[in-house]
Amino acid sequence: MVSYILRRILSTLPVMAIVALFVFSLLYIAPGDPAVVIAGDQASPADVERIRQSLGLDRPFLVQFGTWVWHILHGDLGTSIFTSLPVSALIAQRIEPTLSLMVITLILTILIAVPLGVVAAWKAGSWVDRTIMGFAVFGFSVPVFVVGYVLAYVFALELEWLPVQGYTPLAQGFWPWLQNLILPAVALGCVYIALIARITRASMLEVLQQDYIRTARAKGLGQRSILFIHALKNAAVPIVTVIGIGVALLIGGAVVTESVFAIPGLGRLTIDAILRRDYPVIQGIVLLFSFTYVLVNLMVDVTYTLVDPRIRY
Amino acid sequence: MDRRTLLKGLAGVSSLAATGGVSMPALSQGAAARTLRFVPQANLANFDPVWGTQYVVRNAAAMVWDTLYGIDATLQPQRQMVASEELSDDGLVWTFRLRPGLKFHDGEPVLSKDVVASLTRWSARDPMGLMIKAIQNELTAVDDKTFKWSLKQPYPKMLFALGKNNTPCAFIMPERIAQTDPFKQITEYVGSGPMKFAKSEWVPGAKAVFEKFADYVPRQEKASWLAGGKQILIDRVEWIVIPDPATAAAALQNGEVDWWENPITDLVPVLKKNRNISVDIADPLGNIGVFRMNHLHPPFNDVKARRAILTALSQEDYMRALVGDDTSLWKPLPGFFTPDTPLYTEEGGEILKGKRDIAAAKKLLAESGYSGQPVSCIVAQDQPITKAQGDVTADLLKHLDMNVDFVATDWGTVGSRRAQKTPPGQGGWQMFHTWHAGADCVNPAAYAGIRGNGDKAWWGWPTSPTVEKEVTAWFDAKNLDEEKAAVGRLNKAALEDVIYAPTGFFLSYTAWRKNISGIVKGPLPFFWDVSKSA
Repeated sequence: MVSYILRRILSTLPVMAIVALFVFSLLYIAPGDPAVVIAGDQASPADVERIRQSLGLDRPFLVQFGTWVWHILHGDLGTSIFTSLPVSALIAQRIEPTLSLMVITLILTILIAVPLGVVAAWKAGSWVDRTIMGFAVFGFSVPVFVVGYVLAYVFALELEWLPVQGYTPLAQGFWPWLQNLILPAVALGCVYIALIARITRASMLEVLQQDYIRTARAKGLGQRSILFIHALKNAAVPIVTVIGIGVALLIGGAVVTESVFAIPGLGRLTIDAILRRDYPVIQGIVLLFSFTYVLVNLMVDVTYTLVDPRIRY
Repeated sequence: MDRRTLLKGLAGVSSLAATGGVSMPALSQGAAARTLRFVPQANLANFDPVWGTQYVVRNAAAMVWDTLYGIDATLQPQRQMVASEELSDDGLVWTFRLRPGLKFHDGEPVLSKDVVASLTRWSARDPMGLMIKAIQNELTAVDDKTFKWSLKQPYPKMLFALGKNNTPCAFIMPERIAQTDPFKQITEYVGSGPMKFAKSEWVPGAKAVFEKFADYVPRQEKASWLAGGKQILIDRVEWIVIPDPATAAAALQNGEVDWWENPITDLVPVLKKNRNISVDIADPLGNIGVFRMNHLHPPFNDVKARRAILTALSQEDYMRALVGDDTSLWKPLPGFFTPDTPLYTEEGGEILKGKRDIAAAKKLLAESGYSGQPVSCIVAQDQPITKAQGDVTADLLKHLDMNVDFVATDWGTVGSRRAQKTPPGQGGWQMFHTWHAGADCVNPAAYAGIRGNGDKAWWGWPTSPTVEKEVTAWFDAKNLDEEKAAVGRLNKAALEDVIYAPTGFFLSYTAWRKNISGIVKGPLPFFWDVSKSA
């Protein structure tokens, strides 16, 4: 197992290299010029050219790419064109809010979606099943920002229970931290809850048809024990897979959610960097996201061995 | 279960989970009353007011750095860091003396050498600074408090240049910082203004914090825009960047922020209904909508095609698309200069007045040789002002039977594409839209968009010797009457040559909670004299 994990981690290196080349090339050919944004609307073309030269943006593609890779290999993600701050420092400033949002969303999702999926499968075809699946369709269909605005209106503006925007670091207390994350996590989690509830239902329906479940019932085991101990564990592999895939959904959703709720996380940093063509920041974030995704896939693979002892690497 | 019980219950749970119990909000009630939470127009992505010339940078910099002179609400430069100035009889040597008590945030006194270094850096980037530099003999420190700027020819607009609020402003920095290459960003933010920048709390794109500078000595005069006594009545200003307007509106209604610089027009009715919120015009100098044509390529390289646009263009259509049906927010603008300012003129503006004449415009187009070739209009969809103008233009051009290639893109792409001089088929362009802050259009000093100096002109590169002659005449004018005459002729020439098509003059709102007082209308948010009650 250890050697498998090591091999998988090593295999991320070529993946990261391809991602790096792809991202760099894409940004190079994309229209837009950070020098123009920096120079401002009143700047002369000569000013823009001077700024472009000072940023090294006038150099050939291969020279720029080589310099960037060289810095990466030395652990330096570069410096933001706009803030003059190291990209690593900008990412470090923003990682806690995004991580917090994703963790809370993940916990909320699993706590809600898995039981909903199990109950829907158990009551398949009944009004309970149809209601839950109706909610799932709703969760799929309504965009994150719409859910976000509705939640903010009801729970922040009308009921005044929770704040509309912002983020409080965990170091300033658990409740202040949590209260800023509840609405964004619910908004972000909607699609994810819908997806996992449906997958759980489908997977459970298949397992509940198995002979050993019939045997368990015949032996007089309680419904809760059958559903959550015997059936759910055997239905877990596809659910774990979808939870892993869903991390990509969360990363994408976080970009929108952080903008709607003004959370100073990596999602907003990404949008700001793209709109201003802050190439080093975009490259740094995309590398980080792709690395995270590769790691999550690895964790999913490792989790398979825990839920299904037949799987061995 | 009611809300209080629920919150108490959650607080109880959290106290078990968090070591040391539940932390209270970071600010006590008293501290909250001394902290102003402000939502700026944009993200403060960098903080060098010479390197980055965006308005948001200028607005933040005005708290941290002071200027030698400051423009007041009558658009006149007043002494700010300067105690006195003297001009030699031949008009060639300006001698300035700094007022006593000026200190940088690091405790060092402001000296002439700091001013010399700061003006040297500024004059490498600012249009007026470049003009002064071109006629400069020397800029030197005479002693710690006196400095001298000697010129080869008189420059009557010197005090305006040193105090103007157009970017980049002539902010004074310590010599060691001001010696930074003007095309590279400074990394230390030490000024002598009324507030200090808390760099450690800066999260670019999210938050910037400014703290009251206890050693700042304000002038005795009453504050007026960038001039006068800048009294800071709060301890701390927090800039909270909220990119989504609906969220910003909700945060203001919920009391999470105190002042929102630029609410969008659509949300203003909601804010006006809230009894805890005041809404008013932000800046009486407003903005001017701009429809820019490329003078290098057909069809707009022919003045008849450009005049065809002015003949058919309805400013009302543009303004209604921009600000809706609130007629108090816009007015037609048969010229290029900001309404209700001393140099405002409508000379030569007949082409933009009266009923729009589509037939005459079509005739002019035909005379220019246009016969249905595609014309590219690059429109930034992420900027409501450019998008609205682009949509109206597309409709206008269709009425003129023009073949419009509507390129919907983002502002970053417009920014780089408009810099291309190549023909439209090879990455160039024929039209784009933007807007100018009215504060930049009160005179020709910092008004790059009005210039007609060909290759060196603003995007579109118009060539108009007449316009250039009148710009020079304004710079050389000895009094207001001469300035008015020059600007009148300039306006007429710019309309005849169609430097660009003005789409109208429009205003925007600002909104704040009613426990905030002292907010004044102006081209930027001024934080002096602003106070907050609990």
